[in-house]
Amino acid sequence: MKALVSVKRVVDYNVRIQVKGDGSGVVTDGVKHSMNPFDEIAMEEAVRLREKGIVSEIVAVTIGGAKSEETLRTALAFGADRAIHVKTEEAVEPLTAARTLKAVFEKESPELFLMGKQAIDDDANQTGQMTAALLGLPQATFASKVEIADGKATVTREIDAGLETLEVDLPAVITTDLRLNEPRYLKLPDIMKAKKKPVDATSLDELGVEPAAAIKVTKTAPPPERSKGEMVKDVDELVEKLKSKGLV
Amino acid sequence: MSKILLIAEHADGQLNAGVAKAMDCAQQIGGDVDVAILAESGQSVAEQAAKLAGVTRVLVVDNAANAHPMAATLAPQIVALAQQGGYSHVISTNSTQGKDLMPRVAALLGVPQVTDIMAVHGPNSFDRPIYAGNAIITVEAPAEPLICGTVRLASFQPVASDNSAPVEAASVDAEIPSHTRFQGVEIHKSDRPDLQSAPRVVSGGRALGSSENFEIIYKLADKIGAAVGASRAAVDSGYVPNDMQVGQTGKIIAPELYICAGISGAIQHLAGIKDARTIVAINKDEEAPIFEVADYGLVGDLFEVVPELAEKL
Ligand SMILES: Cc1cc2nc3c(=O)[nH]c(=O)nc-3n(C[C@H](O)[C@H](O)[C@H](O)COP(=O)(O)OP(=O)(O)OC[C@H]3O[C@@H](n4cnc5c(N)ncnc54)[C@H](O)[C@@H]3O)c2cc1C
Ligand SMILES: Cc1cc2nc3c(=O)[nH]c(=O)nc-3n(C[C@H](O)[C@H](O)[C@H](O)COP(=O)(O)OP(=O)(O)OC[C@H]3O[C@@H](n4cnc5c(N)ncnc54)[C@H](O)[C@@H]3O)c2cc1C
Repeated sequence: MKALVSVKRVVDYNVRIQVKGDGSGVVTDGVKHSMNPFDEIAMEEAVRLREKGIVSEIVAVTIGGAKSEETLRTALAFGADRAIHVKTEEAVEPLTAARTLKAVFEKESPELFLMGKQAIDDDANQTGQMTAALLGLPQATFASKVEIADGKATVTREIDAGLETLEVDLPAVITTDLRLNEPRYLKLPDIMKAKKKPVDATSLDELGVEPAAAIKVTKTAPPPERSKGEMVKDVDELVEKLKSKGLV
Repeated sequence: MSKILLIAEHADGQLNAGVAKAMDCAQQIGGDVDVAILAESGQSVAEQAAKLAGVTRVLVVDNAANAHPMAATLAPQIVALAQQGGYSHVISTNSTQGKDLMPRVAALLGVPQVTDIMAVHGPNSFDRPIYAGNAIITVEAPAEPLICGTVRLASFQPVASDNSAPVEAASVDAEIPSHTRFQGVEIHKSDRPDLQSAPRVVSGGRALGSSENFEIIYKLADKIGAAVGASRAAVDSGYVPNDMQVGQTGKIIAPELYICAGISGAIQHLAGIKDARTIVAINKDEEAPIFEVADYGLVGDLFEVVPELAEKL
């Protein structure tokens, strides 16, 4: 079966985010970017399903500017067979991303659509659910285990109270949680091979996608700062502090 | 004026404690607030919801398909409710259930969603965190046709329980798909307080080294009646179950007192505890980033410090 995996270029998870002085956004120029970690988990899962003989073809897709091609190359190095680059220089909100991914899904007709549960830049946690809704497909979000057999996926999901298991008919959208797998380290030969794999460019226009009404960001501010704390020398001093503040 | 539909989470006949906090957010938006209970048989949950201050009506949608909350089955019913009732807002809590459900509702309604509302400036203007809470954006959502959002529980206070709003049965005209089937749920039961609402939380990290060693964390927690949390590393290593993870991609909490031991203070972990009133950090490395946010820091070996603290408190 064919698997489609969406991958997003985000500010690397190790970067300490700085808010611009004029409140117009965060500094993203000149900072390290990488593939959204949850999308790495989605790529890894697709590759493992191919190693098990369940998936036969993996197609990666991204929506973004010229630099997003790096992210597609990473996906190809993971093992995607080919990639689709939906080019846009505008920020794409989840509903527009979902409309775009729906259009790509309809062209590709995969049985499985894997993606991250949230992108760690905007932390929206929406795109997978919205894509599934627009396609009228089942969704299994926050997956920590995926089993595929007989045209169905059995998915264990991480929920607030513990673990839930759903069975969904394929095709379905599955979004990944942290404990689904541990993505492999990419090897140099795979990174070299990825450079030669095909990347098709397209656009929202070409796909016939109408951007959704946007949520306007009017201000970006740093979070309120915590006042500097103090070091205590031993447990006795700590106990005394906690008691004097009425915390215990 | 706003007319808000609040989708209430519940399990085993109990209204989720987050609903009272989401009501606080709803009241700040202003206007009428209808609380919707979608259940197999929702009367008793509805009676709990009817007590919450500010509730105008409680709408009960009983359906055997609602025995287990699944986004695919709930979403079309909520869309129908929202359209029948002419609501200006549909909101829910930013729990795993709300996160799973609300984007599906928003997409079916054709509107964007405001995730994780942490402050209300007006009927369509909100603050929400991005980049693990390292930046806060103020957003304006398009008011037409309606606004969908999820509420960050750590940012709101529960409303009082002094109301007696009318409870009404609602019937919805929605096609419920059969492509998604509930198979089972493994609930990690605990007699300790709930992590997301407890006033005190004690957390352990990778440094604990095993689930047996985690006992010292439980002992300290029990001594002060605290809930227990953990870092991702402790969950990934199998010391504790997934529902105990605190952080950007786990639970966001705002206790009065947060004590953590053997946790380095990665950005993703800090994202979950930024709203804690007092943070106490115990770490053997004086350079650990957790000390930058701690109100009280103690450099030491947790295997000595934590039991001693439990004894002296
Ligand atoms: C500081 C800041 C300012 C912003 N300003 C604006 C603005 O002015 N106008 C505006 O319209 N938006 C703005 N945005 C919104 C932002 O660009 C989008 O909302 C965001 O990229 C999409 O949400 P998400 O990635 O968090 O989605 P999520 O739902 O968290 O993403 C989940 C998954 O969806 C997939 N996915 C999502 N997007 C893509 C993609 N582009 N390509 C491939 N896969 C994808 C990935 O697999 C990802 O793991 C701003 C964001 C920030 C952080
Ligand atoms: C996409 C993504 C999402 C993530 N989401 C989360 C999340 O939601 N929550 C989360 O917590 N993490 C999250 N992480 C992981 C995060 O980056 C860190 O890896 C993790 O928080 C580290 O856990 P830790 O502090 O327990 O372990 P470590 O970073 O290994 O720290 C262990 C600490 O214990 C101290 N120590 C060791 N021995 C002792 C001793 N005997 N006594 C006292 N101190 C001792 C050490 O000095 C060290 O500071 C995420 C990462 C990614 C990439």
